[in-house]
Amino acid sequence: MNEHAVRKDRDVPASSFGELRIVTSSALQNLTLPQASNTLLGFELPIEVRLYQQMMLIRLVEERLLDLFSQGLLFGTTHTSIGQEANAVGVVNALDRDRDIIWSNHRCHGHFIAYSGEVEGLFAEIMGRVTGICGGRGGSQHLCFRNFHSNGIQGGIAPVAVGSALARKDEGAVAVVFLGDGTMGEGAVYESLNLAAIFGAPVLFVIEDNEIAQTTPKNLTVSGSIVARAEPFGIRTFAYDGNDPVEICELAQEAVSYVRAESRPCWLYLRTERIGPHSKGDDTRPALRLEQARARDPIPPMRRRVANFEEIDDFCRSVVDRAVESAAAAAMARG
Amino acid sequence: MRVVESINRALHDLMEANLRLVILGEDIIDPYGGAFKVTKGLSSAYQDRVWTTPISEGSIVGMAAGLALKGRPAIVELMFGDFIALAADQIINHAAKFRWMYNDQVEVPIIIRAPMGGRRGYGPTHSQSLEKHFCGVPGLTVLATHEYADPGALLHRAFASRSPHLIIENKVMYSRPVLGAAALPCPPDADIVILTYGGCVEHAVAAANKLAEEEEIATAVVAVEQLSPFPGEDILSQVGNCSRVIAVEEGSPGWGFASECARALIGRVKHFSALAGPDHPIPSSREWEDDLLPGVNAIQAACIDLFTRG
Repeated sequence: MNEHAVRKDRDVPASSFGELRIVTSSALQNLTLPQASNTLLGFELPIEVRLYQQMMLIRLVEERLLDLFSQGLLFGTTHTSIGQEANAVGVVNALDRDRDIIWSNHRCHGHFIAYSGEVEGLFAEIMGRVTGICGGRGGSQHLCFRNFHSNGIQGGIAPVAVGSALARKDEGAVAVVFLGDGTMGEGAVYESLNLAAIFGAPVLFVIEDNEIAQTTPKNLTVSGSIVARAEPFGIRTFAYDGNDPVEICELAQEAVSYVRAESRPCWLYLRTERIGPHSKGDDTRPALRLEQARARDPIPPMRRRVANFEEIDDFCRSVVDRAVESAAAAAMARG
Repeated sequence: MRVVESINRALHDLMEANLRLVILGEDIIDPYGGAFKVTKGLSSAYQDRVWTTPISEGSIVGMAAGLALKGRPAIVELMFGDFIALAADQIINHAAKFRWMYNDQVEVPIIIRAPMGGRRGYGPTHSQSLEKHFCGVPGLTVLATHEYADPGALLHRAFASRSPHLIIENKVMYSRPVLGAAALPCPPDADIVILTYGGCVEHAVAAANKLAEEEEIATAVVAVEQLSPFPGEDILSQVGNCSRVIAVEEGSPGWGFASECARALIGRVKHFSALAGPDHPIPSSREWEDDLLPGVNAIQAACIDLFTRG
């Protein structure tokens, strides 16, 4: 690793997030918003509060998804990112939502919510409703909204992200692709690193290392160092281990600025913890390991930094309630 | 004009008319101009939009899909069609799926050109006709070039549709002259119709001409350009009232072109037979390879057999 830098000595100015589009959601109608906040993603809020609100929104959305599953109200599968929300909000808030591109994987809800705020569209999609973000065609892991895309094939999105970055390079856009420790087994990742370096693609590879691939621990699937993987391709690397959304956002901003300015790829390694199961009720980790994972939950430390967290929690809860209610009222997609 | 020149001309025209179009593939830049010289001159004329790539067939196709999805149409050359197996995931689970899966919010204008077929002595991994494995993939159109149509026009048609296309080119055919549809045997009230595509068309035409001269069996050749989605109605109308049909393909037998032809013709023809390549890999030995792939003599014999059945 040639970088392991987290700067704590500077604030992130709101203006550096570019011209943020205000995302409207019908789930917002008739809701009383917390004071000083008038968007779902809290664009006007100080960075800490904004990131907390987004993390809480993701957490409550995914807890509700698991709840709906256990009630038999959902079908198929879903992969929650409970415990990994700091990565989603940290990285996505370092982007310019108007032009940057996101490619995400099977565990994409957090990235999607942080980018779009489309809570109702996500619920409706997973519930197979016509009002879903992809009309009920994609479901949990195949989402598309403006420049956000996800797909359920491990590693396959990496070369697509390289191509999309090259397509929009002239506009100064950056493409981000989210990968995990489990994806390190896919050859497409390494082909993509080579292609991105050779063609000068402005791609930020974000590796969320939660140390487990479905049920198989990292020591059985990954040889060598994930952090060191991109350097032999001549790709600059940043690494972080801390689960603090503000620090992640600062580091991601530095990485994104480099990618945009130099039109070069970058490898951003984030050590994280998956607190929930791979999908539903399939967590085979021993109790002690789960306890270690829960000890790194990014939400409790933020509650000590956000004075009105209860107000925000209530707000997010009511957004989720409305979204589920509204999605459930829509017609099932039948083609 | 030879087939290779027709395709090369079309690529030049498309590059000139579409300033965002990118061509990518292995060894495609000048002075080499591609393993079969199809991209000759393009990198000299459009230096910044013709990209020679590492040997990464899967990711080249993935990169092309990403380019296309975000506004830069792309044409990918696979050096040998055999290498398409490496790109199967990108074609099936990415490029061909994106538009429908994302509820028609995106389009993916990419063309993958794949030189297929044997009769050059290249052996088991450089002589195959693997197109059937990509036929029936929703969201992907599979076309096959032949010299009795306009190969360049086929490329233009694929580009204009702005959706994922796989174009099968035959590596022997590249050096053949473009003959046009008028050169296809099309006798009225044909005794037999040969349905075929790609590199087999040449052999089917030669067989049909011999059958007319030597056996007085009037044989028509229908050269199919679109393999998938299969144009069943069109084939039905071209077969017309003829009661004997034979399907000829170079790939391995079963689950392929002949099966689709038979499906389209169920209950419509009295006698149907099929000729295909071997059910084992293609040998390197030139003579052995020729014995195995459907050639003039084999097609002629199969037609006579079909004719004598009634």
